[in-house]
Amino acid sequence: MTGATPGATPGPDPADDELRELAAKQAALGEVRGTPAADPVNAPMIRHWLDAMGDANPAYLDRGVAPPAMAQVWTMQGVRPRGKVSTPVDDVLAALEARGYTGVVATNCEQTYHRYARLGERLTPATRFAGLAGPKRTALGEGYFATWNVTWYADGDEPVAEMMFRVLKFRPRTRTGTAPAGRREPYPLRPAVNGDTAFFWEGVSRGELRVQSCADCGRLRHPPGPLCPHCRSADRSYVTASGEGTVYSYVVHHHPPVPGRRTPFVVAVVELPEGVRIVGNVVDCPPEDVRVGLPVRVTYRAMDDDLVLPQWTPREPR
Amino acid sequence: MLKSQAAIAGIGATEFSKDSGRSELRLAAEAVFAALDDAGLDPAEVDGMVTFTQDANQEIAVAREIGAGELTFFSRVEYGGGAACGTVAHAAMAVATGMARTVVCYRAFNERSGRRFGQPDARLGGQPTSQGLEMSWHVPFGLMTPAAWVAMFARRYMHAYGVTSEDFGRVAVAMRRHAATNPAAWFHGRPLTLEEHQASRWIVEPLHLFDCCQESDGAVALVVTSAERARDLRRSPALITAAAQGSGEGQMMMTSYYRDDMSGLPEMSVVGRRLWEMSGLGPADVQTAILYDHFTPFVLAQLEELGFCGRGEAAGFVRDGGIELGGRLPVNPNGGQLGEAYIHGMNGIAEAVRQVRGTSANQVPGVRNVLVTAGTGVPTSGLVLSAG
Repeated sequence: MTGATPGATPGPDPADDELRELAAKQAALGEVRGTPAADPVNAPMIRHWLDAMGDANPAYLDRGVAPPAMAQVWTMQGVRPRGKVSTPVDDVLAALEARGYTGVVATNCEQTYHRYARLGERLTPATRFAGLAGPKRTALGEGYFATWNVTWYADGDEPVAEMMFRVLKFRPRTRTGTAPAGRREPYPLRPAVNGDTAFFWEGVSRGELRVQSCADCGRLRHPPGPLCPHCRSADRSYVTASGEGTVYSYVVHHHPPVPGRRTPFVVAVVELPEGVRIVGNVVDCPPEDVRVGLPVRVTYRAMDDDLVLPQWTPREPR
Repeated sequence: MLKSQAAIAGIGATEFSKDSGRSELRLAAEAVFAALDDAGLDPAEVDGMVTFTQDANQEIAVAREIGAGELTFFSRVEYGGGAACGTVAHAAMAVATGMARTVVCYRAFNERSGRRFGQPDARLGGQPTSQGLEMSWHVPFGLMTPAAWVAMFARRYMHAYGVTSEDFGRVAVAMRRHAATNPAAWFHGRPLTLEEHQASRWIVEPLHLFDCCQESDGAVALVVTSAERARDLRRSPALITAAAQGSGEGQMMMTSYYRDDMSGLPEMSVVGRRLWEMSGLGPADVQTAILYDHFTPFVLAQLEELGFCGRGEAAGFVRDGGIELGGRLPVNPNGGQLGEAYIHGMNGIAEAVRQVRGTSANQVPGVRNVLVTAGTGVPTSGLVLSAG
């Protein structure tokens, strides 16, 4: 994988020395053992993985071994990690984040396989921080390349697979491209937010489309409100919508000019399969191609440094 | 029962312009003077005042300006143009219950030369009031002008019933035809063809420029008193046979996009049912109607909600001059807000009074009852006025 091009090195910065010191310290820790896999190597997971990858080779399950490329799968943290065990890499990435290198893109991944992992074996990962290079100017912005190695051991101390992984942590460019550390022009059309609606906007900023649901009777409601009009409950929850929808109605705004917007633009009422409607822009689609009934999928657009809006893009190729 | 207990005894207005050159309070006072003169009443007799929540002139300020004395009733009606007939409803209730004897309803603004409602206002979604939060589901997406809010309904209405832009255009053509022969109308002497409507630029698709009403400076005032007293005054009374306000389920201000159906105006159905019930009349009993026409598509939806035709049939109803003078139901003989002026619906009530009196520039023959509606897409109101 190659996502960025290392370039010339800019002038010295005291912060660079701090980062280099930290990187040296973490590298000196050597290989640090992580938490063993939650489950031993097992047939159901192998079957799902082969299915997802479209790999029809019957040899793995027939011989009771896992595809080598599954190495990472056995020790993944899952969506909601419990009691995360830190690795030597974490402190380096956190330090980069704190210095504004918030963007991340994986640039290299090389795996080495020693032998097949067998059904019933429980793998344990071990991580070694290999090094930090930078700062570099790249097409994405200024950043550092961080490299580490992971080795998976079977029940004894026998290595099964190894992986070298490298990411670029970079400072995202601003839209204008003038001031790397500057903020974007504030988008003028801001929503009012209060305790009844904050969950929606928090969700949007994390790339989730949240629909209020009543914690008692389960009814969905959008736009949200403080109470459930059906059962009077003030105990509110939300569901995360699938993100698919259908254009129920739409307009193409031409006139008068709207602050923060370039005309013409499309606004639609989108009907969600969850049973509620929501308003948003239809983007990445010429206005003349929008129609009632158009299948759309949610997409999230940062309007400035603080506000993300849920918007909609056609689901089918046009 | 409110039926026929009160009447409109006087109407008054300023000229309708694009730049009045004077303050909104002065416009209000001028219109109130004209209405009191029309009724033959002295300002000192005014003891009640009603206006729109949106009006910038407080009741006490107008009272001071016209030299009224003590007031025993004052009230404001909310929801933009939906307030128009509501001001008369409140006045009629005050008169019927003895809260006041002579109530003035007024609306005055420099809507063209001052604050224009059609311009985007980034502050709409700014405050976490219930309305600010409601707007916040729309304004951030640039959906923030009345034309855009209405266009969203119009598109769904077109989809539901196979209605076309030309069907909307026929409403504009009818209004401009009426305005052309009304000397008080801004578009006096300037009719519009369907081709001109179709060629006009897009404001917010599917609405063309001529689907949107004009913007105006001006004021209108009405004097409401008891039916009995009105009969003794200078003018023949316009009896308030019925008055109603209405809001629908899941109602919002202009953006009720979340309830089951988006191809109608449920709040106008509430008003219509109340009006027919209170008056004991039906669509066949009115000879002309004043239907709020800030945007053409909602004139079609109102014809359906009020029972003048069935669902989805309004496009057929307006073909062949159906709502023009001489048609099956002449609508807005004054030219409406598309043709006469945009005074937030109050100029339409004044026209209904003239039709009942038989004094309109575009008089419909044999008028006994007139139906009047207020702002559409918002909580609204309506009246049935009758000769008495």
